[in-house]
Amino acid sequence: MHPALQGLMTIVVGVGACVSYFYASNLFIDKVLFPPRGPNAGRNINRANLIRPWLFLFPAMFVLSVYLAYPVFETLRLSLTDRAQDGAFVGLDNYRQLVSEAKFWEAIRNNLLWLIVVPAMSTIFGLIVAQLTDRIKWGNIAKSIIFMPMAISFVGASVIWKLVYDARPPEAEQIGVLNAVYMYVTGNDPQQWLTIPLWNNFFLMAVLIWIQTGFAMVILSAALRGIPEETIEAAIIDGAGPFQIFFKIKIPQMMGTIMVVWTTITITVLKVFDIVYAMTNGQWETQVLANYMYDKLFRASDWGVGSAAAMVIMLLVTPILVWNVVNARREMR
Amino acid sequence: MDNIAGSKSSLTWAVHISVAALVLLWVFPTLGLLVSSFRTADQIYSSGWWASLFTQESQNPAIRLEGDEVQDGLFYVIEGDLFPTTDATISAWGTSSRDPEAFAPGDVAELKDGWTVTVDVAGDFRLTSPTSMEGERLPRVFTTAETPPEFTLDNYDEMLFSPSTSQNMAKAFFNTLTVTIPATIIPILIAAFAAYALAWMDFPGRALLVAFVVALLVVPLQLALIPLLKLHLSLGIGKGYLGVWLAHTGFGMPLAIYLLRNYMVGLPRDIIENARVDGATEFQIFTKIILPLSFPALASFAIFQFLWTWNDLLVGLVFLIDSTGDTTIMTRQIIELLGTRGGNWEILATAAFVSIAVPLGVFFAMQKYLVRGLLAGSVK
Repeated sequence: MHPALQGLMTIVVGVGACVSYFYASNLFIDKVLFPPRGPNAGRNINRANLIRPWLFLFPAMFVLSVYLAYPVFETLRLSLTDRAQDGAFVGLDNYRQLVSEAKFWEAIRNNLLWLIVVPAMSTIFGLIVAQLTDRIKWGNIAKSIIFMPMAISFVGASVIWKLVYDARPPEAEQIGVLNAVYMYVTGNDPQQWLTIPLWNNFFLMAVLIWIQTGFAMVILSAALRGIPEETIEAAIIDGAGPFQIFFKIKIPQMMGTIMVVWTTITITVLKVFDIVYAMTNGQWETQVLANYMYDKLFRASDWGVGSAAAMVIMLLVTPILVWNVVNARREMR
Repeated sequence: MDNIAGSKSSLTWAVHISVAALVLLWVFPTLGLLVSSFRTADQIYSSGWWASLFTQESQNPAIRLEGDEVQDGLFYVIEGDLFPTTDATISAWGTSSRDPEAFAPGDVAELKDGWTVTVDVAGDFRLTSPTSMEGERLPRVFTTAETPPEFTLDNYDEMLFSPSTSQNMAKAFFNTLTVTIPATIIPILIAAFAAYALAWMDFPGRALLVAFVVALLVVPLQLALIPLLKLHLSLGIGKGYLGVWLAHTGFGMPLAIYLLRNYMVGLPRDIIENARVDGATEFQIFTKIILPLSFPALASFAIFQFLWTWNDLLVGLVFLIDSTGDTTIMTRQIIELLGTRGGNWEILATAAFVSIAVPLGVFFAMQKYLVRGLLAGSVK
């Protein structure tokens, strides 16, 4: 069957099944199980109201449990077993192997670099753009353009930046912008940017910063708009300059939002896989945890160590998870 | 705020210039790839893409004249075209490597033994000699050509319509579409019901469930790969679209519920309670009141989910296993091209742009909803 047709059928069948599930189950409650009339009308309405939320929630909760909650525990279990020994329980052996591998520590080191640099730079750039575009007429157009990389896939972005970093022999015409500029400015030979250990990490990070700045900018510029004008006017009357206003009035008032942006980008960084996979695949000391884990799982076919690496990522996200939940609970009250 | 006392006009200029610089910096990489996708392979390698936007002068390699000799009165003449395949414009030419720009087009160069040669703007040459040139080594001509900006749609044509080379990309395009559309619609529907229940229905454990959803928002996708792949394989859906649809549905669900619930909580209580008093069932309230009112939130989540599934690599890599290449999605196809044809920028650039075009279109058309969704999801 043509895949397009198959897709169309799935839409019809899938959506149809969803709709009919909700429709039929509600109909069943209202008409058959607990009809809201007759001698027990009151009791029936109450009972129907007890069940109905769960009808509405069931598909979503089911999917959530199977696709996100169950894997957390299953991965934890797998990280304690060995595939070569037919899934026998091996305790912390996988973790021991993990910490004995140089590649793992390289991944940890690089991940830490990513975690420091990418959220910081994205937020700072986002803040700068948000502030600068706030008062100019074509600010919205500028924002759209800087926001645009959000729509581009990490893979697409990797191709885009690979062309920027492209290097050709010194005697040939350079087609990568970075080398063309570098040669023009310094007169040195072109560099293979992605193969210079340590520095190449920053060239990979540039791609994610380029993508995430738009996200930071959108949220921060909304926060900027939310700052009451009175405080700024008061500061101006007191003689504050634009930089003082920005650093002493605006930034402190936006601190909450900055934190949210920072953590959101941090989570993205922890999961980042595509960029490294597409651009260097972890060679030349650019390995990161997510890619390392993928390597273990699907190249080395080592579920145990791969799961252990996944658990390390989970461990790194846990503080954010707890913080999110605490915040959400506070809001619920 | 422009008219507040104290705002300085000198700074405004600095602001305009810095914003312009940032915008250029941001658009430059993408523009590079876009321009490259419209150039031929030769052009891409002979000059940087930024140069292609202007007419450029480039030194061509030396061409040795050749052709059949004709007798014309006292002289023997060879005529021909230096660039039979392209239409270059010549700005200067010469007959020696030491001075390759000695003559202007149309000038006549005197060579040894009374030979003369001339080259015109279009690259047509005329070589004359008083004696027969049979068996002689003909002179070489150096040319400096002016090439106007030249762009072509050939790469796209090749990528999308040429049956031999790249039917893969056209197929991958459809595969991506096949993955994306169901994986966008189904989660919205499921999440909308759940969000309504979490926002407007009273039941024990509601706060706990909200916390559960919020917690799952940050669970990394990586954890799900192995357990779910095993599960899918044991269910027999591990190799086809169904598995990917389910996976995308699951992974998109926390954000969907979170966004939609946040939005629905903000809807006016009166409307819902009035409807309840009037005897509407919950199902009717949901479909007739909540869904239409939640359109902005639904749209913004739909865009997120669409962009995310369209741009996804990892889920497609893990859950859409195939050895035949029948279900390869675009991102994966590009990765493969990067591996096998890493230097072929005309192919890579075009492939990347084919895959970028749709999300960019959606992005520019629906930007309003995208921003609204981001704000609802991140700032409370």
